[in-house]
Amino acid sequence: MKRHVLSMHDLTSDDVTRVLDTAESFREVGSRVIKKVPALRGRTVVNLFLENSTRTRISFELAAKRLSADVINFSASGSSVAKGESLKDTALTLQAMGADAIVIRHSSSGSPLQLTRWVEGHVVNAGDGTHEHPTQALLDLYTMRERLGRLEGLRVAIVGDVLHSRVARSLSFGLVKMGAEVTLIGPPTLIPPDAPTWGVQVSYDLDAVMPKLDVCYMLRVQRERQRLDYFPSVREYNRLFGLTATRAESLQEGALIMHPGPMNRGVEIDSDVADLPQSVIEEQVTNGIAVRMSLLYLLLGGGALPGGTDEVSRA
Amino acid sequence: MRVSAPATLLDDDDIRRALTRIAHEIVERDERADDLVLVGIANRGDHLARRLAAEIERIEGMAVPVGVLDITFYRDDIGLRAEAPEVHETRIDVDITGRTVVLVDDVLFTGRTIRAAMDALTDFGRPARIRLAVLVDRGHRELPIRADFVGKNVPTHRDDDVRVRVVELDGDDAVVVQGASSLSQEVGR
Repeated sequence: MKRHVLSMHDLTSDDVTRVLDTAESFREVGSRVIKKVPALRGRTVVNLFLENSTRTRISFELAAKRLSADVINFSASGSSVAKGESLKDTALTLQAMGADAIVIRHSSSGSPLQLTRWVEGHVVNAGDGTHEHPTQALLDLYTMRERLGRLEGLRVAIVGDVLHSRVARSLSFGLVKMGAEVTLIGPPTLIPPDAPTWGVQVSYDLDAVMPKLDVCYMLRVQRERQRLDYFPSVREYNRLFGLTATRAESLQEGALIMHPGPMNRGVEIDSDVADLPQSVIEEQVTNGIAVRMSLLYLLLGGGALPGGTDEVSRA
Repeated sequence: MRVSAPATLLDDDDIRRALTRIAHEIVERDERADDLVLVGIANRGDHLARRLAAEIERIEGMAVPVGVLDITFYRDDIGLRAEAPEVHETRIDVDITGRTVVLVDDVLFTGRTIRAAMDALTDFGRPARIRLAVLVDRGHRELPIRADFVGKNVPTHRDDDVRVRVVELDGDDAVVVQGASSLSQEVGR
């Protein structure tokens, strides 16, 4: 496995399988009386969250704590970042304090990569701008594999604001890597022009695709990142690309409804659809802890030498 | 590099007889068989634990619950190897609090695995007592740990490779030793 996980491209399909298999064991740990193992005792994990987040931050915090690592949570407000400290100086401070891994969430695409140039510890991307969110993709792959028994050959639609979605990018790369068939669906203004190079299909007609799907993955409409008006009205968006109750009925039996959260109920997904039995949105959250434990364990549980596995294998 | 041919210490009949004897010893040791739980350490001990349970059921006429325990997350050498150690399944479906837990492993060597297994068990509950059954005790302990039930004591060289083969995973039942000591003798000649 590579030293840093910044993108799904940093993981081979074997790496992905290893992360998902190991996550199975951590799911079992989560069902014990004492949901904690001593695997990463003495290691320090820093959660550097410079953009708002609820589930990802809490999920990473819980994951590191259940591995017995020491956890430092760091956010923009309440730290020197609010006083104008640069990312580089923040990184060097964390480095000086001996962080073994830094989990970073940042509004600028590429900031995790920048961080790897300044610190010796492992860097895990927890979402950077409109670039990638690999641990979300991993937990989604885990949830699909657990529910449907496989990833290869699955027909998955990723629906909505693909243009601004780091989740859509990471998940597409991950699904294509594992042999699934991905269709991106949304208004033409919200489909990235380079999407065909990802190895996915593109469609603008949700109703035509729905009956063939194994997974219908809804994306949040990211109003905060949209600098232009990409569609005429929320009502129209909901009518064309929202997962309504009628539309959900056209899904085949056993197909899953997924959403990375936080949901805009009534925009991309209707409230009663989010609560249907085929909706696994809460399971995604539960699985997120086990998948992040797995990734941290596989990164930090190996040789802790600077330079990573290369130096060890040369020795 | 030349390596000596592996020598068989126990064949399938020897293993069957050893497990039958251990099963008798387990039920004789504790007067109540109904509070027994067998927990095999992955990924050979769990198969031995299942066979012991079947043997105890034949002797006592009652089913004994069997669990499987993976001790990877409790190892004391995490971070000392190039790769994070591979993880196996853990499944203990019964509450072990207040019961007699018999840990079952294939080979007892340094004792570090057993230390890890005892730490892991206490995260599942508080057993009344923990006992240890092993198919082979090869010596060279690094911790103050001893087995309550032993299939066979085998004097070995520290660098010998002692392997238990089980039919479920390896196609046959056997205990084999690949001698580093016999290797050095051959080179000496």
